[in-house]
Amino acid sequence: MSDNNQNSDCGCKKRTLTKDAPTQPLSRRNLLLKVGAGLNVIAAALIGVPLLGYVLSTFTRKSANSWISLGSLDRFPEGETRMAVYRNPVSKPWDGDTAEVPCWVRRIDAEKFQVFAINCTHLGCPVRWFQESRLFMCPCHGGAFYEDGSHASGPPPRGLFEYQHKVDGSELKVLGGHLPTLAEPL
Amino acid sequence: MLRSIALWLEERLHLTKLFESTAGHKVPPSTNSWFYVFGSGTLLCFVLQIVTGTLLAFVYVPSTSRAWTSLQYLNNEQFLGWFLRAVHNWGSIFMVAIMSLHLVQTFLFGAYKYPRELTWVSGCVLFLCTLGMAFTGQVLRFDQDAYWGLGIGASIMGRVPLIGAQLVHLMLAGSTIAGETLSRFFSLHVFVVPGMIIALLSLHLRLVLTKGINEYPQPGSVVRKESYENEYEEMIQKTGVPFVPNVIGKDLIFSGCLIVAIVTCALVFGPAGPSGPPNPTLIHTAPKPDFYFLPVYAILALLPAYMETFILLVAPVFGLAILILLPFYSGTGAKSYRRRPFAVVVVLMAFLTVGLLAYLGTFAPWSPHMEAWSSAATPVDYVKGRSALELHGAILIQSKQCRNCHSLDGEGGLRGPALDTVATRLRPDQMIRQVIQGSGNMPAYGKNLRPAEVTALVAFMQTLRPSYQPAARDSTQPVGTATRASR
Repeated sequence: MSDNNQNSDCGCKKRTLTKDAPTQPLSRRNLLLKVGAGLNVIAAALIGVPLLGYVLSTFTRKSANSWISLGSLDRFPEGETRMAVYRNPVSKPWDGDTAEVPCWVRRIDAEKFQVFAINCTHLGCPVRWFQESRLFMCPCHGGAFYEDGSHASGPPPRGLFEYQHKVDGSELKVLGGHLPTLAEPL
Repeated sequence: MLRSIALWLEERLHLTKLFESTAGHKVPPSTNSWFYVFGSGTLLCFVLQIVTGTLLAFVYVPSTSRAWTSLQYLNNEQFLGWFLRAVHNWGSIFMVAIMSLHLVQTFLFGAYKYPRELTWVSGCVLFLCTLGMAFTGQVLRFDQDAYWGLGIGASIMGRVPLIGAQLVHLMLAGSTIAGETLSRFFSLHVFVVPGMIIALLSLHLRLVLTKGINEYPQPGSVVRKESYENEYEEMIQKTGVPFVPNVIGKDLIFSGCLIVAIVTCALVFGPAGPSGPPNPTLIHTAPKPDFYFLPVYAILALLPAYMETFILLVAPVFGLAILILLPFYSGTGAKSYRRRPFAVVVVLMAFLTVGLLAYLGTFAPWSPHMEAWSSAATPVDYVKGRSALELHGAILIQSKQCRNCHSLDGEGGLRGPALDTVATRLRPDQMIRQVIQGSGNMPAYGKNLRPAEVTALVAFMQTLRPSYQPAARDSTQPVGTATRASR
């Protein structure tokens, strides 16, 4: 109790010292409020910064592309376009079917290939290959592409997204691992 | 006994006071109107969504490998699971619809004007949150449409300059649509957005109590900042009636009808989907959004390519700014829609635009019919009496997928013009040019058709006209020669 009295005295003294701001005395209560608020700001930052880091980690994460095999070259006859499916290299055990990514492989001749993403460049719907008219058509908004992936008609702003690819021994490999968009094509 | 319990509770909880300041607060008698029932209707839908959603979460598995299966389980195995899914789906449709009516009513009745600016702003954000619930909910119904819908969302994000790629990663919780994507949308749909809605709703209702409900505006009455609050206070003092029990009757009747309507729709139409499994390799699908996003789906197909990104990214920002800031540039003056013809025109235009786009979205004339070439038969009348060359052309129209975009006798795609009367519009040389070079929305077939095939195709198309209409002719030539050429 005596300590308290001393402290309040001390507060009164300080008020007399700071005459230019008499309306805001640095009482013990005032000091506790300020320290308390300051502590809570620090505490909020201690919690908040890691939380933000957790959420925004996907914002800053770069796509980790890697070379993935699409299978043996024999699967792709010359002059034809076939669908191939690869498993997403960064898949998680609970991804299920969504880790299976389809793409279109066009074998021009023995050596030359083109590998297109399944996603239309307009809004990402799955384009379908039509062997007879040699066109890729999109079911959503009517985009169409020629067999070399170039834009044929409709709203898409560019030709199909094309994977980087290489022939590794008897296998065809593509560099994949993310959903192609206009901001981040393959 | 009961009385003593009630008194005991009253003493501790001050229920009478609570009642007088909330449900029993005084409102202008003019608000006892059928136009004032949409707010409580929306609230009822929200409560219904929370109850049914919580119960659905008892069974639903938010995992990309199991979500679809758990939906099938809900539909077919879980007792009344189908009914809960149906009520949740129809509840969301009714919530968006009733909320839109609430928005239109408050707009037309000038309820957003001084001093209820914040009520309007919080209401607009609540509207956006509800659309957010609709989109995230559509993703949780994790089927083919949901999977490709996410792809569409990501593609829109990918158009944002500079940080497009990062936004795609933020939305998908990674670089592809996968397990974490669904978990993120589950968290948004079940925790984040409902939490925001509850917080904003508290503010919205608090404002209804502090600033009072908008009186039914009379033509000629004008809002002035200097005098409005006093006038309103005076009106409440003189003629105000308690909301409960004097005014709540119509709300109760509307709410009851609403529940009956939702349950009836649920019983008659059943749950929505799920459509095919969310397997990206099953590409024989034509993804389509739920009813609320059909106008967006339509406008994305109909915009010219050069203004697409602009309209996608900039127009919503402007549109929302105009909507949300409305009370700050039009906060005083006449309230009644009878004195605000421009407001009425805006509402009519909005209804027409959204309605027309949604209507177009239901049958999507811009989408090719991907199966038409193999499923829609050539009408018998179109091949009767044709020569071998013309018949070969008829086969080519099917086999080269022309029917995916062009219809014959009403069957086939609507992307390109119907070919039933094409010979009345194009001469043979024009047809050849169109087929080989393409133009507009038609791809060029020059590389994919041999010259003989083009000849056959054009020969067949030249027969496609009614007997009573002449073939198209070259107007620069004398009539006789042109007619001979088109034969």
